[in-house]
Amino acid sequence: MATTLEPQTSFEVNDKGFYGRFGGAFIPEMLYPNVEELRQNYLQIIADPAFQAEFWQLLEDYVGRPTPLFLAKRLSAELGATIYLKREDLCHTGAHKVNNTIGQILVAQRLGKKRIVAETGAGQHGVATATVCALMGLECIVYMGSIDMERQKPNVDRMRMLGATVVPATSGSQTLKDATNEAMRHWINNPVDTHYIIGSVVGPHPYPDMVARFQSVISEEVRKQLLTKIGRENPDYVVACVGGGSNAAGAFYHFLHEPLVRLVAAEAAGQGVTTGHSAATTALGKPGVLHGSRTILMQTDDGQVTEPYSISAGLDYPGIGPLHAHLFDSGRGDFYAITDDEALEAGFRLSKLEGIIPALESAHALAALHKMNLQANDVVVVCLSGRGDKDLSTYSKHL
Amino acid sequence: MTQELTQNRITDLFSQKSDRLLSVYFTAGFPNLDDTMPVLRGLQATGVDLVEIGMPYSDPVADGETIQLSNGRALDNGMSLKTLFAQLANCRQEITVPILLMGYINPVLQYGVENFCRMCQSVGVDGVILPDLPLDLFLDEYAPIFRQYGILNVNLITPQTAESRIRLIDQESDGFIYMVSSASITGSTKGISDPMRAYFERIQAMNLRNPRLIGFGINNHETFDTACQYANGAIVGSAFIRHLQDHGTSAESIQSFVQTIRS
Repeated sequence: MATTLEPQTSFEVNDKGFYGRFGGAFIPEMLYPNVEELRQNYLQIIADPAFQAEFWQLLEDYVGRPTPLFLAKRLSAELGATIYLKREDLCHTGAHKVNNTIGQILVAQRLGKKRIVAETGAGQHGVATATVCALMGLECIVYMGSIDMERQKPNVDRMRMLGATVVPATSGSQTLKDATNEAMRHWINNPVDTHYIIGSVVGPHPYPDMVARFQSVISEEVRKQLLTKIGRENPDYVVACVGGGSNAAGAFYHFLHEPLVRLVAAEAAGQGVTTGHSAATTALGKPGVLHGSRTILMQTDDGQVTEPYSISAGLDYPGIGPLHAHLFDSGRGDFYAITDDEALEAGFRLSKLEGIIPALESAHALAALHKMNLQANDVVVVCLSGRGDKDLSTYSKHL
Repeated sequence: MTQELTQNRITDLFSQKSDRLLSVYFTAGFPNLDDTMPVLRGLQATGVDLVEIGMPYSDPVADGETIQLSNGRALDNGMSLKTLFAQLANCRQEITVPILLMGYINPVLQYGVENFCRMCQSVGVDGVILPDLPLDLFLDEYAPIFRQYGILNVNLITPQTAESRIRLIDQESDGFIYMVSSASITGSTKGISDPMRAYFERIQAMNLRNPRLIGFGINNHETFDTACQYANGAIVGSAFIRHLQDHGTSAESIQSFVQTIRS
């Protein structure tokens, strides 16, 4: 392999869009002008003081940032370490996803786009996208797997109430992967006036980097809040769930170059890594290309993408973002596979111990705490990416 | 990639014929696993100029419903690159028409790019179309391998492709340039509109060194005829897949389809 794919120690994206040997922009020519337009402009747009002012103002006044960093005392006592929860579930719309959609809608406006297309799994990104489109008065089309539309119906209703058109993706597994395919096709068919708001740190460069930057508000706040609370900026661990991995990228961002901070990623093992009903990408996948980037991908020996499974629609994805693939590959991150049952148990436990019902996605991160061999003086930050209201029907089956 | 290539049926074809070329796409292993060779034979018998054989993929994002369904069915039938190469192993004993393989990069990466090129050469495949293989990555890493085995890499342009990039693609291509007719996925375009004609004229006026074939939206005689006024020929895909599905893969069925396109 030549230079662009050589492993490198940096966790920043290089000029060709690679993190180590993962990333890039594997897109058909039909998408090249759109992606290139974004690539040539996004850093400049984001750096513009007027953009920064509007972005931060909206995060503060509309999203409700900074979100609290909550010391979970009873959970800490149970686990024998100091556990802080970064309360992204308290963001407007109920999850961290809105940090990114606020950023991208401002980018889209500055690129002169009139219409937004998005994909969604659990519906959190779809709701966050529909929300910012309503806020800015842009047309919004959200693709969602038809199975996900059934299991996350309240979010479908919310998107429609916000004025978005929700289009069922009926191909393949009818979940997030297929919704992403359909959204990409929509973009191919509408290249000039449409911006595609990808909801995770996946897709062709510059999406993984752009989304990580917008989500990095999470780790930036954690550092400031920890300094106030414990007198140091760095915890011993940062824990987050990884489907595509946007909340994890945001929670890890300012700690990527702090080697003493261990970065812990919880993946969805579904019914178990070896059961054939799983979405534990690093356990089951190998390098491959999907949705525009080279990453670690669940696939057959022939390179056909495997249908993933998780109880959590937001983690039901056969790949991970290229940054996460590089964290895994380089050993910088610790990856744990969490089963549906383990996540459910952790979700119920947090509800009873702290009065916080977490999203099933976030429950995977909480479950990882039980596998981490924590010591008494460890300080752990768990990114509580979203709230569990949307998952009540699933939780209620296991009450 | 302007160095001399070993003899290649695609470059030979274009050196002998420069207009009204018809290229037909079909998905390997569709509708049935063993239909690849019968369809290839049937197409050759009709005198089509090129054949593009689709390598099925689970997530063909640049394709519409028709080709996606044919891909899914072929995969359900058990089609894989290994099986496809086995089916094509002795095809050059009877098939003289130039053959391209068209598909997505991931199955090729899993097969191994060099193994893939070696097998293409071995069974007599002349070129490939891999829409999601970026040009710069191809040039950086894979061009020498493709050249070593005499396999052409055909690149796409669209109405949105900038002139400077078209020039680059023209410079780095051998064989032909695949002109995507409009901003679309396969099988979704109806007829040839005025903006499409304007785009065709713009490209025609660029005097590219490579011949051009227009694809996407070519589904009957009228669209084929129009495309041929602006390029060296055209490519039919989804319409042929639908025909195979509705009318079967017999030589007569294929003959009648190609006749309706040509005349």
